[in-house]
Amino acid sequence: MKGQLSGRERSQLEAVHWRGPLRHYDILKEATIAVGIVLVLVLLLSWVFSSPDQPPVTLRQWAQAQPTGFSQTALSELAGTSDSAQYGPPYNSGSQETQSLGPISPERLFGVRIPVNSAQAFVLRPLASLPATPKLRAALRSWAAASRAQRRRWVAAEQRALSGRRLASALPRSAPGAGPLPELLGQLLSMARSGALDAQLVAQGNFYTTNYTKPLLFLGDSWKAQKSKSYWGELVTAGHLRSSQWGVMNETGSWPGQPWLWLYTMWYQLPTNAPLSTSPNGDIAVLAIMSVLSLALLLVPFIPVLRDLPRWIPLHRWIWRRYYRQAKAEAGGRGSR
Amino acid sequence: MAQGFVSQSGQGLINLNHPDHYFHWGFLLISLANLVVIAIMLALFILAIALPFLPSTSLPNREKDQGDHQEDAAAGSTWTGRLRRFGLRYLPPNKLLPDTQPAYVASWVYVFGVLTIGGLVMVIVTGLLLAIAGPAWWHFSPLGRFINSMHLWSVELFMGFMAIHLWGKYWMSAWRGKRQLTWITGVLAFLVAIFEAFTGYLSQTNFDSQWIAFESKDAFNAGGIGAFINPMNFGQALMLHISLLPLVLIVIAGLHVLLVRIRGVVPPAEAGPQDLLGEDQGAMDPEVGQ
Repeated sequence: MKGQLSGRERSQLEAVHWRGPLRHYDILKEATIAVGIVLVLVLLLSWVFSSPDQPPVTLRQWAQAQPTGFSQTALSELAGTSDSAQYGPPYNSGSQETQSLGPISPERLFGVRIPVNSAQAFVLRPLASLPATPKLRAALRSWAAASRAQRRRWVAAEQRALSGRRLASALPRSAPGAGPLPELLGQLLSMARSGALDAQLVAQGNFYTTNYTKPLLFLGDSWKAQKSKSYWGELVTAGHLRSSQWGVMNETGSWPGQPWLWLYTMWYQLPTNAPLSTSPNGDIAVLAIMSVLSLALLLVPFIPVLRDLPRWIPLHRWIWRRYYRQAKAEAGGRGSR
Repeated sequence: MAQGFVSQSGQGLINLNHPDHYFHWGFLLISLANLVVIAIMLALFILAIALPFLPSTSLPNREKDQGDHQEDAAAGSTWTGRLRRFGLRYLPPNKLLPDTQPAYVASWVYVFGVLTIGGLVMVIVTGLLLAIAGPAWWHFSPLGRFINSMHLWSVELFMGFMAIHLWGKYWMSAWRGKRQLTWITGVLAFLVAIFEAFTGYLSQTNFDSQWIAFESKDAFNAGGIGAFINPMNFGQALMLHISLLPLVLIVIAGLHVLLVRIRGVVPPAEAGPQDLLGEDQGAMDPEVGQ
């Protein structure tokens, strides 16, 4: 059915109003039926499958389930070695998580926009909000007055006391040479186990709040350091939500998640020599790939090969088979006249 | 809302609140639920192409839109008059709300465009219902849980129908005949919808949203977006989800639909010149159209 029109002529003609045969159509009726069909499907699916709602993890649950795991994370905040403490922009001036694509690093470009001082925000400020016992007041004063070298020695001693213990075990009775740290960590653990730390980290001095950056960063520091052994990590791994498990596509329970993110997460899973999931610049690399692919999808009409594929694989012949059949019959009729 | 639909426990007839089955092939790892969704989408696409469409009677084309909007001098030279003439020129009533359409629009694959609109309507309605009672309501109210379920399944249907619509339009090369902008607005709507759905997942205030917020921040930060949009800031995610992004999505989807109305549905590839030019000119050469 090849016409004698050039590509340019055909494009011009395809743009003008259709001059061929028509059929009856009621656009409002069609829209009403479509909304009706979707409504019935939605009611049915909601009735049969409902929706997922696994409660969020609290710092209280974490501290109760893994006292040592919690205290190790709190210690890393004080020592400035946690992921959040060394993250870099937009939280602080570190560089642990700062990514770049060649010379381009948008994180560095925009700088610190959401300031987070992990030691102050997650440990010292919450402790200062507690009713001051002489022992806690002395411990806080002692930590504040200590030199960096002294703090390092205390941290090393506390790490020795905590290391080798199961994350779920109780805190050690003593930590020789750890100075005020056993008191600080013990008080913070008690605060967390009572639920007060959840409220303190969310509120940060405000009555109204809708920002969960700080408690999530604190909770996330345990995941970054202890991975699947951490309290959060155990739950996330069991639910197949980790990025290495195609997690962004998945949902808790057995509900479908966001399957439309398959291409985005696929780049993290490819079994290459330098997988993007472990690359220090993996996220920005995947973002760059997806930006290029999204742009390509947007501009398909102008990209050779991509725009030609439907012509080379003529699925449209099936879609418009009724039209082609009729056009062929009419052309045959004209030819025989 | 029929009481029978809303169980007091918030659970559906089939309990999905248990670990899913996962299939592992090489580097591929997919949950049964996601696999079922993708399989249904592929099956719908194949069926839409393969199944014969409803029979319809072919009508002669009287080209009745020509000249409908020519006589409008009474509108004068005011800006409203000029705007009216502009609107009528590109979108006369019989294009906006037609009672006929080209006979070649006869495949089930065409229904996914309007089903996507149906999905969007349902997403908005259920979202508005959730907004009335606030973001935490659905956690402790069986009715709220049911509305949330409707919102979730509306989103799954909306995204699924939109993807099938996109597949269909790609294989039709629907950007032909100066319809590139129609394609571009459609893809833009798809991309905005993905981000809109993502902010919805951030706004659930449950375990899933908590983890997604933490895990996604690294990608946001790496791209520099995290300096302005913080996924761990629930208030920001919720406001984006219920105000700015729906507005953007509705505007783009509306523009897309208007472009479809203005340009019309793309004619079949290799359509005969007698249909493109009109019977008189196209039928002059018996070779043409074969």
